Amino acid sequence: MLTAACMVTVFAGCGDKKGDGTITFTNVSYDPTREFYEAYNKMFAEHYKEETGKEIELVQSHGGSGSQARSVIEGNDADVVTLALAHDITAIEEAGMIEEGWINEFDRNSSPYTSTIVFLVRSGNEKGINDWDDLIKDGVEIITPDPKSSGGACWNFLAAWQYAKQKFSGDETEMKNFVSDIYKNVLVMDSGARGATTTFVENGQGDVLIAWENEALLTLEEYPGEYELVTPSISILAEPSVAVVDENADKNGTQDIAKDYLEYLYTEDAQRLAGENFYRPSDEAVLKEFADTFDLSVNLCTIDDFGGWDQAYADFFADNAIFDEIYSK
Amino acid sequence: MKQVQTKRKKSIIPGFGISMGVSVTMLSLIILIPLASVLAYSFRLSGQEFLELMTRPNVVRAFVTSIGCALAAAVINCIFGTILAWVLVRYEFPGKRLMDGMIELPFALPTAVAGITLTKMYSDTGFLGRAFEKIGIEIAYTKTGIVIAMVFIGIPFVVRAIQPVLEKLPASYEEAAVMLGASRFRIFWKVIFPEIAPALWTGFGLALARGIGEYGSVIYISGNSEKNGTQVVSYIIMQKLNSGNVDYEGAAAIALVLLIISFLMLFIINMIQHIASRRTNV
Amino acid sequence: MKEKNSKAVKWILIGISVIFFLLMLVLPLLEVIYRALWDGIASYQAALTAPNTLSALKVTLIATVIAVAVNTVFGIIASWLLTKFDFRGKNVLSTLIDIPFSISPVIAGLAYIMTFGRTGWAKPLIDGINDALGTDIALVFSVPAVVLATIFVTFPFISREIIPILYAQGRDEEEAAAMMGASGFTIFRKITFPHMKWGLLYGIILCAARAFGEFGAVYAVSKARGKTFTLPLEIDALYMAGSADSITQAFAVSSLLVGMALIMLILKNIVEYRGKRSDI
Repeated sequence: MLTAACMVTVFAGCGDKKGDGTITFTNVSYDPTREFYEAYNKMFAEHYKEETGKEIELVQSHGGSGSQARSVIEGNDADVVTLALAHDITAIEEAGMIEEGWINEFDRNSSPYTSTIVFLVRSGNEKGINDWDDLIKDGVEIITPDPKSSGGACWNFLAAWQYAKQKFSGDETEMKNFVSDIYKNVLVMDSGARGATTTFVENGQGDVLIAWENEALLTLEEYPGEYELVTPSISILAEPSVAVVDENADKNGTQDIAKDYLEYLYTEDAQRLAGENFYRPSDEAVLKEFADTFDLSVNLCTIDDFGGWDQAYADFFADNAIFDEIYSK
Repeated sequence: MKQVQTKRKKSIIPGFGISMGVSVTMLSLIILIPLASVLAYSFRLSGQEFLELMTRPNVVRAFVTSIGCALAAAVINCIFGTILAWVLVRYEFPGKRLMDGMIELPFALPTAVAGITLTKMYSDTGFLGRAFEKIGIEIAYTKTGIVIAMVFIGIPFVVRAIQPVLEKLPASYEEAAVMLGASRFRIFWKVIFPEIAPALWTGFGLALARGIGEYGSVIYISGNSEKNGTQVVSYIIMQKLNSGNVDYEGAAAIALVLLIISFLMLFIINMIQHIASRRTNV
Repeated sequence: MKEKNSKAVKWILIGISVIFFLLMLVLPLLEVIYRALWDGIASYQAALTAPNTLSALKVTLIATVIAVAVNTVFGIIASWLLTKFDFRGKNVLSTLIDIPFSISPVIAGLAYIMTFGRTGWAKPLIDGINDALGTDIALVFSVPAVVLATIFVTFPFISREIIPILYAQGRDEEEAAAMMGASGFTIFRKITFPHMKWGLLYGIILCAARAFGEFGAVYAVSKARGKTFTLPLEIDALYMAGSADSITQAFAVSSLLVGMALIMLILKNIVEYRGKRSDI
C-alpha cells in the first residue's frame, strides 16, 4: 500500500505541466541532426520569447529514423517530427496521427534542408576509392548502416542502385550483382548512421564509410587532416522531411507553435545555421553562400526516380524485397 | 489450491492468503500481463508465417550466433569460474579480498558502459585490440568480441554459484583422498566435482540464459553483420522494430522463442536446485 | 614432493585467476577512468555538471529508489510465501518470478510498449483512469515508464537472495510461535526478519546496482534527452554524438556509474562480512 501510494505521488508529479507557464515542446528527430537542432532550438527559443514574451522548453529526441517514427506511433509525445525520410512520416500518418497532405504543408516538399550521400575515406585514400565502382574491389572494407533499421542506409543503397542503373543501362541482373558485390564488402553494419560513423572514426574500422554528406563534413571538421571526402559521380538528393504531429499538437495545444517552429526553419538565419551544420539549405541564395562547402555539381537523382518512398520501400527494403535478395546471395 | 491445502498438512503459520494474493498480483501486473501482450502479438502470425519467419536465414543465423556464443562464453566461465571460486575459497594470498569483492562488478556495471568500454579496448584503436591485431586476431566486431562481452557479464553467476558449495565442502575430504593416494586430477573429478556439479549447472544455466538474451554490452562490440554471423537475436528483434515497416508480430514471435528458451532454462535450474537440496537435506 | 607439487598448483591457479581477473574485470575499469580524464579535469567536471547529466542522474535515482522499494516489499512477501507454505504450482511460481533475471531486457521494454503504448490494449484503461482522476500519467516514454521498466528487470533480485536463507532456516520456529498464538506480523518481526536481515540488505544492494545500470529495457521506453533519460542512456547519447569530445564525456559520465557501482560493491562486502559474523 505504502509503495503504491508513493508510486502514485511520483507518477502524478511527473506531468508535463509546469506552474510557471513554460511550455514544453518536443521535436522527435533522427540521429545526425543532434548538433543542428541543438543550435536551432536556442535560436528558436529566442525568437519565441521575442514574439510572445514566454519561455519555451525544447526537448529533443534522437535515434534511428524508423525507430523514432515507431516511438511516436507508440506514444512518444512529439509535437513535431523531423525525420530522415518521408516514408517514416507516412507511417505516422497511417497511424492516424498526422493529417493527409502534410508533405505540402511546408515549402519544398516539407524539406527545409537536404543532404546527399558521399564517401568518407582515411587520409591518403590508399585503396583509391573514387566512385561506386571502387567499392566492389577485393579487400575494400565498407562501413554502412543497416537499411532495415536506418533511414540513412536506405539512401546509401538507393544511390548505389542508381549508379548501377546507369552503368548497366537498366539490366536488373547485372545491377543486383553489382550492389550485391558492394554489400559483400561491408564489414560492420551498425543499426544507425551515427553508430556507423563511430565505428569508422572512433574505432578505426574499415576503409570507407558511406555516409550522409553532413556527417562526413562534420567528421572532417572534428578531425582535421585525418579523413578525405570523396563525392561519387552519381548520388541521391536526400530530402529529410518535417511535419506537425497533429494528434499530439492538438492535445497539447501547441499547433501554432509547431507551425511556427517548422516555418522558422525556412528563414534566412535558420537556413544559414543549417548550412553551418553541413546541411544543404533549401534556399538557393543561402545555398550559394556555401558553394565552398558543398560540391554543387554532383549528378543527383531524387526519390521520385524510384517512384516515391512508399514504392521504393516496398521494392527494396520490405521483407524478401531486393535488399534481402542481394544481401543473402 | 484449496483442495491441495486440505489434503496436505495445513500450515499453521498465518498469512498464506495475503502473501499469495500480493505476490500473484504484483507478479501479474509487473511481469506477466506485459509479457502476455508480447504473446498476444506473436499469435497474430499463422503457424506457417511463424515457421517461415523462424527458418529465415538471418533469423536462424542469429539464433545460432546467440546460442553458440553464449554456450562458448558459459563454458569458458565454468572453467575460469571454478578456478576463481576454488582460489578464493581455498587459498590465502594478497589482494584476495579485493578480488572477491570485485567479482560482482559485471552485475553492478551498467551494460552500456561495459559495451562501449570493451569495444574501445578491443578495437584496432584500443591497446588490447592493437596487441591482438599484431598476432592476427581480431576481436571487436567479430564473434570473439561477442563471446568476450558474454564472458564478462556471465562470470559472477558461475563464481557465486560455486563458492558457497566449496566453502561447505570440508578440506578433510580431499585430505583423506590424498592419504589414500589418489592423484590430484582424480580427487577433483571423483570427490570435488560431484559436489559442485549442481551448483556449476546452475551457474552455467544462468550465464547461458543471460548471454542468449544480452543486448546492451553485446550490441556495441558485435559487427551486426549478417554475413559474418555477428547479428545476435536481440539485435534482430530491434531491427524488426526499427525498420521502416515495423514488424511487431515478427519481433514478438522471436521474442517469444527467446522467452521460452529462458523459461525452460530457469525451470531446469530450479529443478536441479530442488533435487540437489533434497539430496543434501536427507 | 607432494607438498612442493601442491604449492606449484596453488600458485598456477592463483596466477590464472589473477590474470583473468585483471584482464576481464580490472582493465575495463581502468580504461573508463583513462578515457574519462582524456581531456583533463576541467572538462571532466564540465561533463559531470552538464544539465543533461544532472537530469539523467535525477531520473536514475528516482527509478532506483522506487524499484528497490517495490522489489523489497515483493521480495519479502514472495519469499515468505515460497518458504513457509506448500502449495501446488510452487515451482512454476518461483520460476515465473525469476523470469526477468534472464530475459532479454529488449523484451521487457517491448512488453510495456505493447501493453501501455498508444497502440497497446491497456491504453484505453489508462486514459479512463486519467480522465477519472484528472491526471496526465503516461506509462510509456515518461519517467513512470522508466520506473516500471527498472522494476521489471530488477524484480527477482531481492526475493532470490532471501529465499535460500529462509529455506535453510526452516519453519520450526515460526510454527512454534504460531502455536503459541503469535500474530503473523509478530512472527515475522521477531523471528523471520532477524534471519533474513543481512540477505535482504545484500539483495537491496544488488537490486540498486542493477537498477541504476539498466540500459536495454529503459532504452525502449525513454526517448527524451534531458527529460526521461537515465545515466546509461545519457552515456549512449554522448557516445553517439560523434565528436571526440563527446566520447570523452561519455566516459566521464560512465566513470560516475563506475563509482556508484564500486560503492555498491564495497557496501555489499561490508554487509556480507557483518552477515557472516552475525551467523556465528
